[in-house]
Amino acid sequence: MDAINKQGKKAIENKYGNLFEMYKTITGIDPYEEPMRIYPAGHYTMGGLWVDYELMTTIPGLYAIGESNFSDHGANRLGASSLMQAAGDGYFVLPNTISNFLANDIRTPRIQTSSPEFVEAEKSSTERLNKLLSIKGRQNASSFHKRLGKIMWDYVGMTRNEAGLNKALGMIRELQKEFWKDLNIPGTAGELNMELEKAGRVADYLELTQLLIADALDRKESCGAHFREEFKTDDGEALRNDKDYAYVAAWEFAGEGKPHILHKEELKFEEVEMKVRSYK
Amino acid sequence: MKLVLKIWRQKNADAKGTFATYRMDDVSPEMSFLEMLDSLNKKLVEENKDPVAFDHDCREGICGSCGMFINGHPHGPVPAITTCHLSMRYFRDGDTIWIEPWRAKPFPVIKDLIVDRSAFDKIQSAGGFISINTGAAPEANSILAKKKNADDAFDSSICIGCGACVAACKNASAMLFVSAKISQFALLPQGRIEAKERVREMVEKMDELGFGSCSNSGACEAECPKQIKLTNIARLNREYYKAF
Repeated sequence: MDAINKQGKKAIENKYGNLFEMYKTITGIDPYEEPMRIYPAGHYTMGGLWVDYELMTTIPGLYAIGESNFSDHGANRLGASSLMQAAGDGYFVLPNTISNFLANDIRTPRIQTSSPEFVEAEKSSTERLNKLLSIKGRQNASSFHKRLGKIMWDYVGMTRNEAGLNKALGMIRELQKEFWKDLNIPGTAGELNMELEKAGRVADYLELTQLLIADALDRKESCGAHFREEFKTDDGEALRNDKDYAYVAAWEFAGEGKPHILHKEELKFEEVEMKVRSYK
Repeated sequence: MKLVLKIWRQKNADAKGTFATYRMDDVSPEMSFLEMLDSLNKKLVEENKDPVAFDHDCREGICGSCGMFINGHPHGPVPAITTCHLSMRYFRDGDTIWIEPWRAKPFPVIKDLIVDRSAFDKIQSAGGFISINTGAAPEANSILAKKKNADDAFDSSICIGCGACVAACKNASAMLFVSAKISQFALLPQGRIEAKERVREMVEKMDELGFGSCSNSGACEAECPKQIKLTNIARLNREYYKAF
């Protein structure tokens, strides 16, 4: 409103016209008349799969590029920086690195589906699908997804604290138990089955959210979109602790039901100095 | 609000489809159209019935997967939005809503409201790209483009490939889609190098896949959720004549 009064509606329309129009169509509220309803929220999971400098994951030959990897630092990645990374990884890095892997495999003959690795992978995938299908409970995958989302929204948003995180962890463990007892997926695995597809994702989310919480509990500082209420300056700004936490937390999957193993990758700054960003 | 839904149910591409009727008693006007369908599926699964298959991904209007016919309009009756952005506010208590998949031969129904749009991918891979040597940074600003051309190319590039243009067209023509993809490159110097092959090959692929001809009725432009302009088709035609 201040901006409209100062610069005039026309100036704001030139800058944000499309955005305002879209907001009005979706919400039914005219943003020129009423303040927009916005809420700060974490952008996706922000981190991503650990990769080496060639962008290869811990599985040989499996590369993760763009927003799916941890972007060297594992920290916040908002709109423009994720786009820049997608372009950077695809345009500059991968063309120079993936050939290193492919060069060694150029004489490898076509891998047969009868190879023991394939047979094993197919067996474990089929078992997982059958396990989901055989629960035959009452609720669909989306209901669990919604409830999981509510827990994350309430306790693992940008602002979080130890008590809330622990509470959420307990709630998610209970929800996970309920999921594996009361999920219902009509139909079979031999057809297009959107419920089965969604259930596979929600099963993963139930694990990933627990890892997110473990990481948020472990990082006893405030940094970017991780604002721990216990760690703030007197005037309420994020209080970072570079002495103890200037590292990437790379969590290794240690097997189902086992706690993840933390690998710390120190962040070293040679050309630039690490600074605190001020929004004032 | 209370609604009656008439939804197209079809087990697979070969099966015969039919409309099924569902009654919804507690739809909130704040829901999006897809959330309304989510709540229907929740109910169906709880009753151990087969849920309605519909495609969706980003739910922010940019992935192009949530296309469906709603009361005779692709993406519903509100202009310039995708189904995921369609709010239930636009419907009235007691309404009957007809929901169908895209109906076009090159988009066969996979199940219920989901169609196979891979024909669009085939057209794209026939020429919807520019070839460059990646790996090293090109000199910045070495290729200049007019601001007007860059803006127009951007307006064409926002096509999300949802297929509403094909679904809206009485001939199931893909001209609006193809012309947006052609224009996006034709307007920029980087796209001129392969312009002739591109337009020839994309048009050839489009015809081969069974999309119909354009008769300039403009239904595609009227229904496009991204407001892609009909002038793109004029540009496509010009590019095509120049390519031989």
